[in-house]
Amino acid sequence: MNKIKVNIDNTIVEVDPGTTILQAARQIDIDIPTLCYMHLGDMGIEHKPGGCRICVVEVKGRRNLAPACATECTEGMEIETHNIRVLNARKTVMELILSDHPSECLLCAKAGNCDLQTTAIKMGIREIPYQGEQSTYKEDTSPAIIRDMDKCIMCRRCETMCNEVQTVGVLSAINRGFMSVTAPAFERNLDHSECTYCGQCVAVCPTGALTEVDHTNQVIRHLADPNKVVVVQTAPAVRAALGEEFGLKPGTLVTGKLVAALRRLGFDYVFDTDFAADLTIMEEGTELLERLNKYLSGDKDVKLPMLTSCCPGWVNFFEYHFPDMLDIPSTARSPQQMFGAIAKNYFAEKINVKRENLVVVSIMPCVAKKYECTREEFSVNGNPDVDFALSTRELANLIKRANINFNKLNDEDFDRPLGESTGAGVIFGATGGVIEAAIRTAYEVQTGKKLEKVDFEQLRGLEGIRSAKVDFDGLELSIGIAHGLGNARKLLDDIRQGKSQYHAIEIMACPGGCIGGGGQPLHHGDSSILKARQRAIYEEDANKPIRKSHENPYIIQLYEEYLGKPLGERSHQLLHTSYFDKSKKLIEIEE
Amino acid sequence: MTSIKVKLKEKDVAQLKQVCKEFNNEAGELINVLHKAQGIFGYLPAEVQEIVAQELNVSVAKVYGVVTFYSFFTMIPKGLHPISICTGTACYVRGAEKVLDEFKQQLNIKVGETTPDGKFSLSCLRCVGACGLAPVVLIGEKTYGRVSPDGVKDILKEYE
Ligand code: SF4
Ligand code: SF4
Ligand code: SF4
Repeated sequence: MNKIKVNIDNTIVEVDPGTTILQAARQIDIDIPTLCYMHLGDMGIEHKPGGCRICVVEVKGRRNLAPACATECTEGMEIETHNIRVLNARKTVMELILSDHPSECLLCAKAGNCDLQTTAIKMGIREIPYQGEQSTYKEDTSPAIIRDMDKCIMCRRCETMCNEVQTVGVLSAINRGFMSVTAPAFERNLDHSECTYCGQCVAVCPTGALTEVDHTNQVIRHLADPNKVVVVQTAPAVRAALGEEFGLKPGTLVTGKLVAALRRLGFDYVFDTDFAADLTIMEEGTELLERLNKYLSGDKDVKLPMLTSCCPGWVNFFEYHFPDMLDIPSTARSPQQMFGAIAKNYFAEKINVKRENLVVVSIMPCVAKKYECTREEFSVNGNPDVDFALSTRELANLIKRANINFNKLNDEDFDRPLGESTGAGVIFGATGGVIEAAIRTAYEVQTGKKLEKVDFEQLRGLEGIRSAKVDFDGLELSIGIAHGLGNARKLLDDIRQGKSQYHAIEIMACPGGCIGGGGQPLHHGDSSILKARQRAIYEEDANKPIRKSHENPYIIQLYEEYLGKPLGERSHQLLHTSYFDKSKKLIEIEE
Repeated sequence: MTSIKVKLKEKDVAQLKQVCKEFNNEAGELINVLHKAQGIFGYLPAEVQEIVAQELNVSVAKVYGVVTFYSFFTMIPKGLHPISICTGTACYVRGAEKVLDEFKQQLNIKVGETTPDGKFSLSCLRCVGACGLAPVVLIGEKTYGRVSPDGVKDILKEYE
């Protein structure tokens, strides 16, 4: 392909035809500010509505300034990105945006992490000359997400995530002019929509218009209560991303520091969701084999493929959109909820603490987990198995608030028994990891042979839909993997039409899996960050002495002491669940 | 926004689905379909939008987005006695604006709204071709000419 030469701020850069000025500038590290443009490289998502007009630049020979995100480079183009004319125009645009934006940064949940604020600071905005009437909207609080549309600047990134990437279709631009915001149909609240709480809209919103519900203060209150025993679990993907909030390079594993920080914060027991991930494998893996063997022996009542069920965003999605297929996903609860049930029963008994006095907090890369722990079926007499789910971001803020010098902490180890885990538990954090972990165990159980090579490279990667064959000693298993709900939908449609070739499918709602979860440090669309986190996850796996869930000594002990066997009676009661048809139709038709 | 559940008539729903079909159930025809739908139902309640979304395979949020973007579309049903005030040039010059204000005040609604009891709704019209009678007000099928703000109260009384 012939390259095109352009001159940006007196630097010559060669780019492929079709490259925009914004992309060309980024290639040579010239930062043109923008509030709406979003490029999620590996997912093939480029969002360039050209709406915010902050990215305008001067192109020699053109009368008007050009939006850099939507203007393609042409041979010999001369571009100035920061001359006086450009700076003035940008400032005016910014002042107009701010004229309809509440000036309450001091109190805003997004402060310090807000693109609008950062850009305004960079531009040296000190006053807002246009004092327009501020449009006000009612605040919408759901169990997981808060929508404060007074702060919406109509970049429409959330719409792209919800509609194109996730294909959930909850958010759309409504009204016109200054009154324009994004909202669910009929401006209903999110909890009356089909929102899955995947949090991908929250993760890309440049302002405080979309944020997760903050449970930090409740957790602090419990930590301060001498009558409460507070137990914490941390999800696999948290350790691969938390360091970013403290200036560490993406992909830095901070497992030991994370444990140390949680102890400093006053948690009585620091446990690991990875333990529960191992437990999930015992249950889900056994279920897979049971269904597979019945199927192979010709049982017509058994349906394949089996779908994983450890992602609550995904569970919400199929409850809304595929209610005719509720019998296909595994009945295994998510690791978060398995942990909660084991902590509030087995562990509470063990340390002789009443259920009401045991508080279970989880640290999750996830927004949907906030909703999941409020589901009625996961509580006993109104007392939930998991009391609060904090996002990775909330934990980072809490550590900062407590004045803990995170980077200086010495590594510490998880408590026993619910803190011991295997490499199989760790890889739950990345797309493909759950099914790889399941195969490591299922292989040995099914064939009775030792698995020599535990790394299944063919299951790893970041492509949205992947498939692989795994040889089970002569029996060829066909595996599908999807991450991002739009990709999941494609596999689901195939199943519905009877076209699916798979025995088992892993689905994660968030692009990249939990490493790209809605509650993680913001990656601002930089997919190299996702890759680094993914590397970290597999590195932690490789470093673990035990890498198969069924070899975890504390899992073995749990079954011996308490549960009996996988899919046994107690397991069914504590570790499995059922799903509900949540598709709702408003329409009533009169005869 | 409306939260009242509306029961749609089966024959209207069938007609609506037929309209969608005439447009090949294409998402790109959303605006045209909504136009026709408003023709059938007089307005676009949530239920109608849900059917359109289903038929054209677009999200309800998107349909609602379009309905709220164009002022032509309305989610409020017309009143039992729809009041239309001509604001064409002739009527305007002869004080239609003041007449309109009086209606707004008497009924306590804005243009495009319906009284809570569902009795009256208010809208504006372009020239109805009765300039000799300006300012002209239509209520249902009935035409009132040379209406003055003072006369509004008496006109409304006819419908009590
Ligand atoms: S949380 Fe997910 S499903 Fe819900 S509105 Fe945001 S992107 Fe859509
Ligand atoms: S809610 Fe946030 S992401 Fe969505 S349009 Fe508004 S500012 Fe953009
Ligand atoms: S992929 Fe992970 S972070 Fe995202 S919704 Fe599912 S469980 Fe939560």
